[in-house]
Amino acid sequence: MPDSGTNERVPDSGTNERVPDSGTNERVPDSGTSERVPGSGLGSAERVPGGRRVAGRARGPRRAWLRHWYAWAMVAPVLIVMAVLIGWPLARGVYLSLTDATEANVGRTIGVNVIPSRYEFVGLENYLDILGSGLFWAKLGWTVTWTVACVALHYGLGLGLAVLLHRKLRFRSVYRVLLILPWAIPAFVAAFIWRYLYNSDYGVINAMLEAAGIGAVGWLNDPFTARIAVIAVNVWLGVPFMMVAMLGGLQSIPKELYEAAEVDGASPWQRFTNITLPSLRAVSSTVILLGTIWTFNMFPVIFLVTGGGPGSETEILVTYAFREAFTGVRNYSGSATWGVIILLLLVLMAFGYRRALRKTGEVW
Amino acid sequence: MKKQHKRGERGPLASIALHVTLIVASLISIFPVVWLILTSLKPRDGWLSTELELFNSPSLGNYGRVLSETAFPTWLLNSVLVAGLTMLLGVFLAATTGYAISRFRFPGYRGVMWLLLITQMFPVAILIVPLYNLMASLKLLNQLPGLVIAYMTVAVPFCAWMMKSYFDTIPQEIDQAGMVDGLSPFGAFWRVVLPLARPGLAVTAFYCFMTAWGEVAYATVFMSQEEKRTLGVGLQQFVGQHWSDWGLLTAAAALIAIPAAAVFLLVQRHLVTGLTAGATKL
Repeated sequence: MPDSGTNERVPDSGTNERVPDSGTNERVPDSGTSERVPGSGLGSAERVPGGRRVAGRARGPRRAWLRHWYAWAMVAPVLIVMAVLIGWPLARGVYLSLTDATEANVGRTIGVNVIPSRYEFVGLENYLDILGSGLFWAKLGWTVTWTVACVALHYGLGLGLAVLLHRKLRFRSVYRVLLILPWAIPAFVAAFIWRYLYNSDYGVINAMLEAAGIGAVGWLNDPFTARIAVIAVNVWLGVPFMMVAMLGGLQSIPKELYEAAEVDGASPWQRFTNITLPSLRAVSSTVILLGTIWTFNMFPVIFLVTGGGPGSETEILVTYAFREAFTGVRNYSGSATWGVIILLLLVLMAFGYRRALRKTGEVW
Repeated sequence: MKKQHKRGERGPLASIALHVTLIVASLISIFPVVWLILTSLKPRDGWLSTELELFNSPSLGNYGRVLSETAFPTWLLNSVLVAGLTMLLGVFLAATTGYAISRFRFPGYRGVMWLLLITQMFPVAILIVPLYNLMASLKLLNQLPGLVIAYMTVAVPFCAWMMKSYFDTIPQEIDQAGMVDGLSPFGAFWRVVLPLARPGLAVTAFYCFMTAWGEVAYATVFMSQEEKRTLGVGLQQFVGQHWSDWGLLTAAAALIAIPAAAVFLLVQRHLVTGLTAGATKL
């Protein structure tokens, strides 16, 4: 990490010394602007060609403290909350995943009787059990399918609608509001609505199919249709977010690019692939990553629409781990293990994604 | 069929195709909500109809039953309290952090950024058991504060992340000018930047509220007593495995969805601006 501290742009006394003539016209053009490269994100501190200034600076803990104490103080509340509320439970979760704790053997207090814990440290046994079971791979397969299908549809439909809405057309704001509506509905409410629509006896979807002479489908009773059903619900819920994000991205593309391309005789499709898509890359890479994480962990849709059923066919990793922890004999260690595995998968994915973006020259 | 940014006129056929596509998309988008409301207006057993009918002697009977015969009002109050508290605490705790990571490059900056990003990925399953045990030992199960504390694990990093992107949109020069005039970094934040960031704060608060409002997993586990439930948990009762009353459920759902959607659509312009600004700068 090439000292990220060097590029900090707070006008402390040091800056004044270095720019003695800044006087009246502030010091805006000096440090601030060079670092605030638009669109630069996490990596900005390093990418900036400004490190040279530091060369002669005294450094050391005391110096660092004087320069950065307010930044640290400002970050402190979040770090403290996260350490207590996330760090401790996480450490405990990781520890539980290395034991054989279940509801039956954890310590608890019933009335005045204190029952001590009887679970033991079992090392990586839980992990080996889970990774060696076909169940995990089957669930992982479905979770990946679910995530890829949902995110691809979110992105494709969202981008398509955004492109349509970006054109000059009548009733644009009406369409916009109507299309954003699903985003405004809380996910759990949406899940209930759709469950009713899918109801095999009284659901409107089957009523329509009957009316069209196709015949009713037991949507949530068959693994295959149930999977399609939950994907449809999640797509319905998620498209507006993508659409709005893409619309914002489209609006930030300078019109001149299109004009120039048109003068050069580029077809609409060429303009789309050579101007629109590359210009949207920064937004796209972000929302796709976020969308993937959200979908991977999408709890309410699965939990409330199908309850993971039929059987546990539509259960994704997260809902499965939840069920493991809180139904029947509560398997605390097993569910913690699932949690750790899920988290590792996501972190690996995020790192891999970021690497892939970097390789293609994307800044993130 | 990508008709991209054709400047000038488009043919009538293209126009029709465009509008038809958008109309179909809009219908799909609003249909479930419309159907929800229509169903909720049907009489008590109206949902038990296999006929395709829009109206069937509309009445507010289901709404009356939800409000008077079920614990819905209590759940609603619980949800509002939990989501409101989560929102206030989340924004309050995260505001300075959002500012710091937007403005300063300090040792540990990248660590904080990664930490915030990774906590967004936490599957509910990894924290829920330890948190459950923690709450149990602190006697906070079935207590609203317990649920709020659990929601902090999601809300705080999320708010910090969101607010960073809003602060990013406020020109650096403004707080620098404030500091030239003698304000400390805290002063510049409190007196100059925060007032300017009010729309951003509002949007972050709104997201935070909505997230807590719609949360199901923690609430299901932590709130087992009838009168402590939040909406996401309580509604599950209306359509249990042995007994279901979609009349009650649809009325309750409409009562939740309509105000939420109204507020959402009112503020959506701001949501959109802030969100995309955030997204491009993540």
